[in-house]
Amino acid sequence: MTGRTVLGITALCIAATLASAASLVDAYDFDNPALEARYRTLIAELRCPKCLNVNIAGSDAPIASDLRRAVRRMLEEGRSDQEILAHLQDRYGDFILYNPPLSPATVLLWATPAILVLVGLLVLRRLGSRRDAVELTEDERARLDALGAEDP
Amino acid sequence: MTRARALLIVPLAVFVGIVVLLYSGFGLGRADLHPSALIDKPFPDFELPTLAGEPPRRSRDDLVGEVRLVNVWATWCPTCAAEHDELARITGETGIGIVGVNYKDDPNAARAWLAERGDPYLFHIIDARGDLGVDLGVYGAPETFIVDAAGVIRFKQVGAVTADTWRDSMAPVVASLQAAAP
Repeated sequence: MTGRTVLGITALCIAATLASAASLVDAYDFDNPALEARYRTLIAELRCPKCLNVNIAGSDAPIASDLRRAVRRMLEEGRSDQEILAHLQDRYGDFILYNPPLSPATVLLWATPAILVLVGLLVLRRLGSRRDAVELTEDERARLDALGAEDP
Repeated sequence: MTRARALLIVPLAVFVGIVVLLYSGFGLGRADLHPSALIDKPFPDFELPTLAGEPPRRSRDDLVGEVRLVNVWATWCPTCAAEHDELARITGETGIGIVGVNYKDDPNAARAWLAERGDPYLFHIIDARGDLGVDLGVYGAPETFIVDAAGVIRFKQVGAVTADTWRDSMAPVVASLQAAAP
């Protein structure tokens, strides 16, 4: 394959991806660009209740389309982002939020990264202290010096 | 040295633990994904056309006053057909009124469906676009709500109402609500 063919195929793939991504989202016309920006942020933050791990911006499930319409309606009614999220959370539970609140059910979700970092630090400290304790014999030191001397 | 060797098993043990955890996840039902949504909250306001056409529209006022079931259904939903006879049996035996929400459906197909299978419902409202569905937190059909006499949602069944779910989880709720009502 020539470089040109590869380039052509790549361009086609990118175009196809963009086209399918665009076709998923309903063409809602907002008069107000600020409102449209908030709409895009909200539909990216809301999870489709039917499809486990897709936001409602990226899902073509009918329920996701209904939810986008509901978000748009509430935006045009002048509701705040907080009110819109709360409205949908009341109906679909924490499940619908990709940014879930801290609660007994989600505490592990939030704490796990911190716990992993802590465990990692502990392991690093132990490995570090063990390395310090290594003492070289005379022979080993001589060999090390010899190896070091070969370096440019 | 033996301690270091014992430590080598730790990653394997962690891996096996994760596999067991994730594998057991396959067995968990999906019905409890949205557990508390809208329970103990008032049934949302609505004013929608009826399937029968007479009266042309029904509102929330037509729903409240007695303990009722609200059943979200559609002709495109096979599970709805499966639970239809059970709903007819429940309303026949207990006298509880069932309100149908014909969800994102073709009204003509819905009327034909009811003509064929019988219509045990009090009345049906048409939620053609699914707006009431969103207000109710519906994410599929069938879903069935128990609404108390004051119009507050007390229970939500996602998926078919079967003889078992009725006996074990729904009938006790209805009985306690009817006992509490004046």
